[in-house]
Amino acid sequence: MSSSTAILMALALPLVGAIGIALAARIGSNVREAVTLLTASALAWTVWGLLPELMAGGRPSAGLVEVLPGIEIAFRVEPLGMLFAALASMLWIINSIYSIGYMRGNRESHQTRFYIFFAIALSATMGIAFADNLFTLFLFYELLTLSTYPLVSHKGDAKTVQSARTYLGILLTTSIGLLLPAIIWTYFVAGTGTFTPGGILDGKLEGPAVGLLLGLFVFGIGKAAVMPVHRWLPAAMVAPTPVSALLHAVAVVKAGVFTVTKVIVYIFGIDFLFAEPSGGWLLYATAFTVIAASVVALRQSNLKRMLAYSTIGQLSFVLMAAAILKPLAEIGAAVHMVAHAFGKITLFFAAGAIYTASKKTEIFQLRGIGRRMPWTMTAFTIGALSMIGVPPTGGFVSKWYILAGAFQAENYVAIATIVLSTALNAAYFLPIIYLAWFAQEDSTLSNEHGEAPFAAVLALTLTAALTLAFFFFNGTLLILEGQIVQGTP
Amino acid sequence: MIDWSVHLPALQVIVPMLSAPFALLLRPRGLAWAAAVAASLFAFAIAVMLTLGVLDGRNFEYQMGNWPAPYGIELGVDAFSALVLLVITGASSLALLAGRRSLDADIEEDRQPLFYAAWLLALAGLVGIPVAADAFNIFVFMEISSLASYVLIAGGPDRRALPAVFKYLIMGTIGATFYLIGIGLIYLMTGTLNLADMELRIHEVADQKPILVAAGFITIGLALKAAVFPLHVWLPNAYTYAPNAVTVFLAACATKVSLYLLLRFDFLVFQPNLIGHDVQFSYFLMPLAVLAILIASLVALFEKNLKRLFAYSSVAQIGYILLGASLVSVAGLTASVVHIFNHALAKGALFLAIACLATRYSSLRLENLAGAARRMPWTMGAFVLAGFSLVGVPGTAGFISKWYLMTAALDHGSVGVVLVMAIVISSLIALAYVWRVIEAAYFGEPKGAASGGEAPVGILAVTWIAALANLYYGLAPSLPVTLASTAAESLLRHVP
Amino acid sequence: MELLGLYHYWVFAVLLMIGFYAVIAKSNLIKKLIGLSIFQSAVFLLYITMGKVDGGTAPIIQAGVENPVFSNPLPQVLILTAIVVGISTTALGLGIVVRIKEEYGSIEESDIQEIDRR
Repeated sequence: MSSSTAILMALALPLVGAIGIALAARIGSNVREAVTLLTASALAWTVWGLLPELMAGGRPSAGLVEVLPGIEIAFRVEPLGMLFAALASMLWIINSIYSIGYMRGNRESHQTRFYIFFAIALSATMGIAFADNLFTLFLFYELLTLSTYPLVSHKGDAKTVQSARTYLGILLTTSIGLLLPAIIWTYFVAGTGTFTPGGILDGKLEGPAVGLLLGLFVFGIGKAAVMPVHRWLPAAMVAPTPVSALLHAVAVVKAGVFTVTKVIVYIFGIDFLFAEPSGGWLLYATAFTVIAASVVALRQSNLKRMLAYSTIGQLSFVLMAAAILKPLAEIGAAVHMVAHAFGKITLFFAAGAIYTASKKTEIFQLRGIGRRMPWTMTAFTIGALSMIGVPPTGGFVSKWYILAGAFQAENYVAIATIVLSTALNAAYFLPIIYLAWFAQEDSTLSNEHGEAPFAAVLALTLTAALTLAFFFFNGTLLILEGQIVQGTP
Repeated sequence: MIDWSVHLPALQVIVPMLSAPFALLLRPRGLAWAAAVAASLFAFAIAVMLTLGVLDGRNFEYQMGNWPAPYGIELGVDAFSALVLLVITGASSLALLAGRRSLDADIEEDRQPLFYAAWLLALAGLVGIPVAADAFNIFVFMEISSLASYVLIAGGPDRRALPAVFKYLIMGTIGATFYLIGIGLIYLMTGTLNLADMELRIHEVADQKPILVAAGFITIGLALKAAVFPLHVWLPNAYTYAPNAVTVFLAACATKVSLYLLLRFDFLVFQPNLIGHDVQFSYFLMPLAVLAILIASLVALFEKNLKRLFAYSSVAQIGYILLGASLVSVAGLTASVVHIFNHALAKGALFLAIACLATRYSSLRLENLAGAARRMPWTMGAFVLAGFSLVGVPGTAGFISKWYLMTAALDHGSVGVVLVMAIVISSLIALAYVWRVIEAAYFGEPKGAASGGEAPVGILAVTWIAALANLYYGLAPSLPVTLASTAAESLLRHVP
Repeated sequence: MELLGLYHYWVFAVLLMIGFYAVIAKSNLIKKLIGLSIFQSAVFLLYITMGKVDGGTAPIIQAGVENPVFSNPLPQVLILTAIVVGISTTALGLGIVVRIKEEYGSIEESDIQEIDRR
């Protein structure tokens, strides 16, 4: 299979899978789940198959159609996109296993619709990862928003629909109102929107306009959840937990930071943006979001909402790393995307498992739950430690690189933010760990329950293991992402 | 071997016109409809052949009865008129194919032959305007199409159609009469009615007042017929209370034809002859266009009746077309002409979807449509697709025109930035009003007992053809873009 | 005097404005239509006026008449067509008014708006 076929395969597979799921659902739910797992595995196999070529410095590409002169739908695999696609496709398998346990355990309705739109969302994610230009990226970005909407509003009651409206309203308004003009502006000044190493805007734009364009991009990409366009993420927590886990810890939000990072690296160019003072606000905006979101997370009593605010903070953490505009920090940003993905999906899986087993959603209800659900809470603990950045978890690796980058740039705002946010992360995660393991169970709140369904426990154990493994085995990733800053085309 | 293709411009008009009395004679049930569909499809085929010829680089010129212009009557088809012809005949064919059942319900059986005859006359008049190369013939065609469309709209099931038509008749006639005064004054000064001849001869008298007055009368008259803000007051009610199939037909092309004529006159006839005309033109139209796209969109946002909502949206979209033209640049005019095509696609598909809804819902008020997507998933699917095209989401036809419009506006420096902001804001408003419908249909709780499910297959299939055309021309827009850029080059040949 | 010498055009302008005023100001639909007819007729006069040549006759070649002066026949031909259009418009308008009377029981614009608002 040639690599350009593989790219198109990666886009088409989930869609074919979606049709397969719809057909298989008529036979029975077991067949349907089998099709989902099969599709997920096939997708991961296809995407990971591209890795060797990329490691060797190759950049496989595939063009589809040229819509207007200079505007085409085209795909090209480069290290950042490869990282994102590989991550999402791998976690889809685990997430599917988890979904089976969760959806059955909670007897959710409309399960077929759930799996179909999940598959479509993955196709859109692949499109975002492999997009070769801003236009293609925008198409799939919108497709991702639309295909996740039925997932968020899955429950269908009034409160859920209200939240889903916020979700869609913010994401669509920012993308059409800010991102699209930014893209058109870019095409207008640069004559192209193709992602090019070193950027395409150098010499085409200068002064405050650069900062303005950057603003349009950063806030237009609402999925990155930089304050004040973050409200959709807590709203999205009404979705079933597998959706929150894969989409709102990995695919959708990472699509946001990934897109911003890609725009910074390949549209503006790190050096160009570093030399242009008007783009400097991004660091402060993201640093503010990191701290503010952590403070808000501290005050949450609902576990999933707390995790959502923690995600907002971590997303801006990635962006802040990118905004330091130093090679080490850019690597750190990419690494943190992965580390956070593993950690946060574990945390969400755990939250969902707790809900499935005990119907508990609030933090204060978790007293002594570690003894009833040891596997789940062990995984939760590992995820939480990774969020804080304690070795030996993945979170430590990324913080190391970002700090190194911040020192390289002598950027004390960033350093202070990193230190402070670490303290805040510890402040909202450690109490939960303490409650779960060491507090006495409150007999008025408790009900008799054991572990969550096997499939769910299996999935969260796997991701917790990945979080740990990432601490030791991250060499491939570093080599790959090193290529971005070395400017390999 | 006679080359039949030279007669295509004449056939384009003659086919629907002569079919009209024929349809009148077909009394048995359904035959008149079949005749109208056949004539309309035939006209569409002719339009396609003309377009192919134009794409080959041919310019059709046809002297009626072999009398040479400017003495005889001339017909002509170039890129711009070919595009408009495609829109008109396509819209008519789709509307007729989809409309059989709903028209059966709205029009008494013994009146149907009359109705379809009127439809064919409207079609003949509409295609006559782009084909004709003579200012007075254009007036006659304009009146044929207007009179016939008054009849069509008056066929609406609601009695409010009648006052709406009356208003349309008064305003339409005033518009046409203004146009007539304009060409009368030009004839007075130049002694010609042939457009090409006029273009050359006005030059000798361009400094005289009557020419300026004529330009004013023609611009205002056509703006009235084209429902340019604030002369649009006839449009919302006329579209709302017309039979659904008629709304599809007229919303897709009726105002576009007047816009076509407006651009033709202002750019080809007056532009080379009146000093500073381009500046006056844009100073006059640009503010109106911006007001139209903002105010009409806002009105649409708060409108509760589905048809009237999209009628107001049409007023806003006419603003986009004018905005492109008021930039007086190739990019701007390309955007205008492309939008004539794309807006017809989007609005046609939307009104077709609304016609589908109307087969199951007696009232098209928003609160009544709650939960419609559960009963009619295919209809609402097409609606969503067409709605996104109207908003201008990439991948749909609407995006292509917005793209051209924004890049054209950005050429104009700081004014352009303001224009782009206006476009973006109105796109967001458009998103909001399309969303209101989607939300009601997908998330509202259905009221009352449901009767019947999806719309009949026939009308649904046509709706999907139109919806998919939005997708197709969003991804492969070379046909409208090629025609539009050729048209823009030709319209701007006099602008320095 | 030159202004008055072009009295045809004054007639045209005055008639045009009378018709236009009636269309806008009258609430009775029939009166609106009458105004519209006057409005159109004014334009007919404009065309006829421009075609008239002093002392001109119909453009028919007659035996024995050398170098005759013809009025321009083209505007007259045009206006024949325009009159047909005008009549059709008036007829259609009256037809609609009849239908409005049947449905609403009134031909006053204000009454109709009142009824529709209910």
